[in-house]
Amino acid sequence: MRNRMLKLMSLFAALALVASACGGSSGGDAGDESGSDSTAVGSDDTTDDTTDDTTDDTTDDTTDEETAGGSVEVFSWWTGGGEAAGLDAMIEVFGSTDPGITFENSAVAGGAGTNARAVLASRLQAGDPPDSWQGHAGQELIGTYVAADQIEPLNFLYDEQGWLDVMPETLIPLISKDGNIYSVPVNIHRANVLWSNPTVLSDAGIEMPTSLDEFIAAMETLKSGGMDAPLAMGEQWTSLHLMETIMLASMGPDSWNGLWDGSVAWDSAEVTKALEDYNTVLGYTNSDSSSLSWQDAGQLVLDGNAAFNIMGDWQEGFFRELGKEPGTDYVWSATPGSDGVFQFLSDSFVLAKGAPNRDAAIAWLTVAGSNQGQDAFNPVKGSIPARNDADRSLYGEYLLSAMDDWASNTVVGSLTHGVVANDSWKSEIDSAVGLFLIDKDVANLQTALVAAHAANG
Amino acid sequence: MTTTAGKAPIRRKAFSMEKWWGLVWVMPSLIAVMLFVYGFIGWTARVSMSAWKGLLPNYDFVGDDNFVALSKDPRFDIDIKNTAIFTFVFVLGCLIIGFLLAVLLDKGIRGEGFYRTLFLFPMAISFIVTGVVWRWLMNPAQGDRLSGLNLLFDKLGLDFLINSWHATPEWGIAAVALPAVWQMSGYTMALYLAGLRAVPETLREAARVDGASEYQVYRMVIIPLLRPITLSAIIILGHISLKVFDLIIALAGKQVALDVPSTYMWTTTFDGYFFNRGAAIGIVLLMSVAVLVIPYLWYTLRQERDL
Repeated sequence: MRNRMLKLMSLFAALALVASACGGSSGGDAGDESGSDSTAVGSDDTTDDTTDDTTDDTTDDTTDEETAGGSVEVFSWWTGGGEAAGLDAMIEVFGSTDPGITFENSAVAGGAGTNARAVLASRLQAGDPPDSWQGHAGQELIGTYVAADQIEPLNFLYDEQGWLDVMPETLIPLISKDGNIYSVPVNIHRANVLWSNPTVLSDAGIEMPTSLDEFIAAMETLKSGGMDAPLAMGEQWTSLHLMETIMLASMGPDSWNGLWDGSVAWDSAEVTKALEDYNTVLGYTNSDSSSLSWQDAGQLVLDGNAAFNIMGDWQEGFFRELGKEPGTDYVWSATPGSDGVFQFLSDSFVLAKGAPNRDAAIAWLTVAGSNQGQDAFNPVKGSIPARNDADRSLYGEYLLSAMDDWASNTVVGSLTHGVVANDSWKSEIDSAVGLFLIDKDVANLQTALVAAHAANG
Repeated sequence: MTTTAGKAPIRRKAFSMEKWWGLVWVMPSLIAVMLFVYGFIGWTARVSMSAWKGLLPNYDFVGDDNFVALSKDPRFDIDIKNTAIFTFVFVLGCLIIGFLLAVLLDKGIRGEGFYRTLFLFPMAISFIVTGVVWRWLMNPAQGDRLSGLNLLFDKLGLDFLINSWHATPEWGIAAVALPAVWQMSGYTMALYLAGLRAVPETLREAARVDGASEYQVYRMVIIPLLRPITLSAIIILGHISLKVFDLIIALAGKQVALDVPSTYMWTTTFDGYFFNRGAAIGIVLLMSVAVLVIPYLWYTLRQERDL
């Protein structure tokens, strides 16, 4: 009898837990999605978007005829910091140029946009696209959304607005496919930047390195001087970022471009050399990198715990947010060995095929590509405009130097940030780098990179 | 309706009406379960045998290609190794700590209700919150940047305990299992406590009369009697550990070193658009949970019927 009670109890407990765990996890998933959807709709950034839920559905059918009314749903992963503030600034401009259109800010939070892209993917598969969404200019957009026939070419808008005259020529092929331009870039970031702490450098009697060899020698000096990890690095994607900048420095811009258009083989000797350089540089990074964000890594440099950090120029936005002074609290240069090369990435907005509010979406894109819109967004976000006719008085010391480099340097695309490779290829490279961080076997890494190229290139 | 009911034998009719209504009431959830659980399992199985890569579905049949590719995928090897270590540390940790707590509470300690609630509390927290809190506690920074538990060890003069936690090469995943042990051992305690309460005092008395020491009473009498509890605890904890996702994402982010099948499934599906591979991993996960749960349910249900 007791035994039976026991068994009944344990069975009940097991069933209850299995049930609650199943319910919990599926409920969690569902909650996740609807949660993000509702953040999407009721995002706190814009206060006026809560009321349009009701009007939205009813006006949907009429907005096509009435250009000045209705709403536009814009999807992004800009939910915090300078990004969200920049977006808000641009939304404000949109509010003044198109006062009749309600802006629906559908921002989904989460690491570098991966959560947002997952939500976007399921919405697109369900045939429920937002009117416009954010994406990294380049293969990330083209390889995914153009290939799936989800976005419209925007050549007409470029012609109408005269953007081809004010945006850099090098940018256009990267955001086009077969002569069709698919997105409106609002900003330019630079990936290959070395950040450093001038006090640490001068204490150790080191100059800012300009070549890979000097860079490694400088870190060796610092290490023998008692600094554990002269190069601050964060979680896994930041080491992918490190890898691409070191590869660029080691191979040079032509070979780097060649990797992505197929003219340079992944099993070539120069790739081996570049990966070995990457491995050498990794030897100077902190052991707790996997638990740090890129901000944490930047903080290590500011605090003098590390001398260097290689990160995109959003790091400067973080430094300024902390009230640090360029030149005295931090200095910068191109990643050693890549001077004269501007490895860029760009955020851009697209027009959904079958956008529910197409005219309003075009009005939004017009603002996103306008001088007014870009000069509202970029000084706040800490990036430079994609247009070359910006108001220079709005930008700080670093950004002005980046604008000059953007105008004069050789421009190449970034891997980690979606310019040169499609998402499938990039995620396979990311896996390979993750495995490399465990076994540090250059030959294995190269084999995996060759395979990734063969399957996805 | 009423006229026909009047003609038929009343007892029987009422019974079948009841049965019929029961079926009606159950129907919506039955249909929902068929569709949203079994239907989607079937769909996932189909996708796992397709060539779907990219945003648009591609149902070209490729047989077991995706599973073969997974078996050769070095990242999936890491996933399996990590799951094995995680499961081992998590299940064993919960069983041992849960059992010890239950034995202590069973001794008739004062304020037992308070302690029981205290030990159960972590279970009320979601794994995400646990992950974030333990991310701070298990900060692996060394030198003068020590913080969290490492700093505590340092202050207490327990320097030998300072370690890299989840940043430890190879075994980092074991550190990730610690918060999970913290969270679920209270629940295991509750299971064991219920079991201990059901062991009749007469059996203990009899053992003591026979000259058994307290240790022997537990070893020879109580623990064997608790076997069904241990079994269900293993099943419950085991399937939690196979599905663990949120804890790892919150604690470690996306890194291959601490990858498990569920995180690989997520990243490969939504970052890389390998829907076929993601579905294949999902099916492998389902199978491994099924291998654990189905024999147990079958065995228990049969036992119930026999009784």
